[in-house]
Amino acid sequence: MSRHPFFVRGLRDSVPMLVGIAPFGIIFGTLAGVGGLTLWQAVGMSMFVYAGSAQFIVISLMGAGAGAVVILLTTFIVNLRHVLYSATLQPQVQGLPQRWRLLLAFWLTDETFAIVQRHYLVHGRTPLAHWYWLGVASSLYACWVSSSLVGVLFGQAFPDMASWGLEFAMLATFIGIVVPLLRNQPQIAAALVAGAVALLTWSWPYKLGLMAAAFSGITAGLLLERRQPERQDDMHPDEVRP
Amino acid sequence: MTYWWLIMGMAAITFLMRYSLFAWPNLRFSPLVRQGLHYVPTAVLTAIVVPGMLLPDGAHWQLSLYNAYLLAGIVSIGIAAMSRNLLATIGGGLLVFFLLRWAMGQM
Repeated sequence: MSRHPFFVRGLRDSVPMLVGIAPFGIIFGTLAGVGGLTLWQAVGMSMFVYAGSAQFIVISLMGAGAGAVVILLTTFIVNLRHVLYSATLQPQVQGLPQRWRLLLAFWLTDETFAIVQRHYLVHGRTPLAHWYWLGVASSLYACWVSSSLVGVLFGQAFPDMASWGLEFAMLATFIGIVVPLLRNQPQIAAALVAGAVALLTWSWPYKLGLMAAAFSGITAGLLLERRQPERQDDMHPDEVRP
Repeated sequence: MTYWWLIMGMAAITFLMRYSLFAWPNLRFSPLVRQGLHYVPTAVLTAIVVPGMLLPDGAHWQLSLYNAYLLAGIVSIGIAAMSRNLLATIGGGLLVFFLLRWAMGQM
């Protein structure tokens, strides 16, 4: 089979996410422009860092005059979750050449992770699945960079755009990803515990509460799963495939 | 110029974390770790969404009927549970969100 249909299917499956990412990118561009970054610095941050929530937080830190150490440490902690994504998808990159692993790692965002992980859960690991991954990732990247540019340009024309609440698009996107995953008790427990701990720890500095919440949720899911081992196959469709 | 150095520093840190485990493609995780990784999307994304709905500005609790993030978030959860369709959830959620903001005079 040729690679082309996989790539195109990846592009197609990324379309719903574009509806959520474009407003988020526009609002980033607006805030970055207002916050004192030049057009190329704002677009460059989207192009080279490519991490939405970290970019937002850093823009506000820069506005508050934070030092370089605080900004880089915050980037580290806010993006720690990507180590978990890297670990989750690592079995799927076994056997891929180095240049593929470099490129797919650079493009490993929340949204790309969510679509690609779901693809592997449903279809298992097929020889050309990385072309699907490439289709998803390149589409979302192009959308993020171009919508950041639009935000910088339009931000000057509509300076109050930052207060429109476009960031809700990210919440709706993540809700659309998570809710269909809540198919069994351990997944529901992971969500409830992660949400509760996130609220209890929201005032922790540098978004450290996010990691506390993530690990609490993972632990809750694991504990519940271990108490009902007979249902494991049902929960891991990717692992029962040959 | 300093901003460019910061951007490159952020880019390096972010990339290294994303690449971290891809650097060892032959590493095998223990069964416990593999099981735990199944809860990563749920736990991480929920931990971002829930405070986003209840503390939309990142600093103040807004347990109120005038919080469009909370109300539209609950509607989005309903749409997602019933439709299991990403586009319907994002599109419908955004529509409800902006209608609420408009109705409450927050636009």
